[in-house]
Amino acid sequence: MKHLLSTADLSRADAVHVLDTAAEMAATQSREIKKLPTLRGRTVVNLFFEDSTRTRISFETAAKRLSADVINFSAKGSSVSKGESLKDTALTLQAMGADAVVCRHQASGAPHLLAHAGWLDAAVVNAGDGTHQHPTQALLDAFTLRRHLVGGAQGPTAGSGSDLAGLHVAVVGDVLHSRVARSNVSLLTTLGARVTLVAPPTLVPVGVEAWPCDVSYDFDGTLADGKPDAVMMLRVQRERMSGGGGFFPSPLEYSRAYGLDARRLATLPDHAIVMHPGPMNRGLEISADAADSPRAVIVEQVANGVAVRMAVLYLLLEGNR
Amino acid sequence: MSTTYLLRGVRPLGGDPADLLLQDGAIRRIEDTIDTDGLPEGTVVIEADGLVALPGLVDLHTHLREPGREDTETIASGTRAAAAGGFTAVHAMANTTPVADTAGVVEQVWRLGRDAGWVDVHPVGAVSVGLAGEQLAELGAMAHSAARVRVFSDDGKCVWDPVLMRRALEYVKAFDGVVAQHAQEPRLTEGAQMNEGVVSAEVGLQGWPAVAEEAIIARDVLLAEHVGSRLHVCHLSTAGSVELVRWAKGRGIDVTAEVTPHHLILTDELARGYDPRFKVNPPLRTQADVDAVREGLADGTIDIVATDHAPHAREDKDCEWAAAAFGMTGLETALSVVQQTMVDTGRMTWADVARVMSTNPARIGRIDTGEHAQGRPLEVGEPANLVLVDPAAVRTVDGAQQQTASVNTPFAGHELPGRVVATFLRGRATVLDGAPVETVGAAR
Repeated sequence: MKHLLSTADLSRADAVHVLDTAAEMAATQSREIKKLPTLRGRTVVNLFFEDSTRTRISFETAAKRLSADVINFSAKGSSVSKGESLKDTALTLQAMGADAVVCRHQASGAPHLLAHAGWLDAAVVNAGDGTHQHPTQALLDAFTLRRHLVGGAQGPTAGSGSDLAGLHVAVVGDVLHSRVARSNVSLLTTLGARVTLVAPPTLVPVGVEAWPCDVSYDFDGTLADGKPDAVMMLRVQRERMSGGGGFFPSPLEYSRAYGLDARRLATLPDHAIVMHPGPMNRGLEISADAADSPRAVIVEQVANGVAVRMAVLYLLLEGNR
Repeated sequence: MSTTYLLRGVRPLGGDPADLLLQDGAIRRIEDTIDTDGLPEGTVVIEADGLVALPGLVDLHTHLREPGREDTETIASGTRAAAAGGFTAVHAMANTTPVADTAGVVEQVWRLGRDAGWVDVHPVGAVSVGLAGEQLAELGAMAHSAARVRVFSDDGKCVWDPVLMRRALEYVKAFDGVVAQHAQEPRLTEGAQMNEGVVSAEVGLQGWPAVAEEAIIARDVLLAEHVGSRLHVCHLSTAGSVELVRWAKGRGIDVTAEVTPHHLILTDELARGYDPRFKVNPPLRTQADVDAVREGLADGTIDIVATDHAPHAREDKDCEWAAAAFGMTGLETALSVVQQTMVDTGRMTWADVARVMSTNPARIGRIDTGEHAQGRPLEVGEPANLVLVDPAAVRTVDGAQQQTASVNTPFAGHELPGRVVATFLRGRATVLDGAPVETVGAAR
């Protein structure tokens, strides 16, 4: 594995290996001294063309825990608004000797271009590109699912070596614009889970019929009939709803049909968990009851994100040696 | 005194071999064998065994970029590329800077084309002032200018306002013009990047749905019927569009349609690699659409192949897909793609190729009569506008080796059949031995 661009590129064995490595990384994070010397002398560049403090600090923390040097390069909007081109940025990073480039970009495919255009030798990690992919988010989601729902015992290395066979995950919300949904559909199904996407028809992409998952417009029906082991709520951007091209009539109507509230929470099986990639719109796609309930593993997802990103950086920079 | 050419053993329209004599701008003799005795001194004999002769190709849809973007193409470089591709006439689209929406600009383009001398350049006039879709440009002034504009198009943008479209369709009847519509419903395609379907859903690029093209075509054929006008549909790309045009023709509506070479062969699967060389408008569609446009071209529903040759600067293709420009070059690969998809597959004969790449586009553009008539049959007394093609040749496309000033060919690295060996514009060789004859401009 030279780059991590899309979860669709991962085989079952690749994915399980990343999760197992992440479990080992997580185990080190309960120690008093969290820092490992593994990537000493290596340079990781966080190249963020789009604001995302959460994802950036997660990658930054992961790289620093592995003793890598970290450079944060915030280039918001610079390419599409005709500042420095992506190519020139890439050539600059190449000249500076970046070993890995973690790229967040509003244009789908930008990390793919960085990896394959011949501008850069560094390993490229897609930290979210447009409406395409966000593979480390899906990996941390899979890691979280495995820790809670596979192998019985809890703990850092719970479920090690296992996939997600037999689990049913409902992914609810703005699938159309969601790179998280795309990444999870391919990764979770590769790992043997069943995925049901739940959204109003306007927020499901044309062409979804080719995806290896079910699609439902009925959240309550999915909860009642599908008995999901996990419900993953997607962020709904408020700017998507207004005007003639709005995707749904009003926030209230959206919440009524697709929000996870106390009533729906109560219908979940006892073992089921509630997930959200953050940042949440409390009161829109998820109520405070659901977000703060004991079933919610949202804060743990953040912690797991660091372990998964440590594993990815480690495997890309050291795993090929 | 112009050179006399004797083409020996050439196959007109792919038929039986014959000798053709080109003299004083016209085809003077077509015989089984022409003896060189008695021919003027200096007659150039071209041994053309195995070569197919077609009437010089006519492109109804070329972007020459001059005035305004001479860094990507000039009228000289673009028309040299056209000659290399076997063309003897091109229609230069109006979306230049400034827009070709006045008699002054179209006359400038026409004059620069004449000075370059590679092909006849027929400027297309904008339908609306500045392509803004609000007010009719001075269509009559362009029609009556030295450029004698007959094709009007806001190509690159759709004439979306149904009232403006109706008025344009009506107005151009006064000078037997045609409105060439870029069919793209703007609201349905805001921010659109590629065909909307299975691939766009997966790669996360915003979709350009087929219905956005088909809805405009449906409206326009009904408008054309209502006002009794002539409509041309640019670069149709979907199976549904083919059905609509077939239906309209069945009703007797005066509509013609074109397909580009790239829509005859490439599909949206190519977007998976995010290489913006495959970003084009209308976008590459599915294999089912490719099959449908091939069928439509073969059965005459689609009248012509036009290149939509769209040169772009390197930096506008060496970037993120969403930031890249729409368009691909095509003048130097068009005939090969048509050969590969239509002739070599048995769907069409070389006579059919002449029909869709010369006769029909010349007729639609109303350049098939008069002193500089194009798209004429290969008969004695007709203007000597010809292209000689070696259909047995195979070549590997290399953008850097092409005559166009830009390198955004989608066929780089592809092996394509067929090679243009020679092109003649009114008896003057613009291409010989596969290479442009560089004295063309000077010898005008």
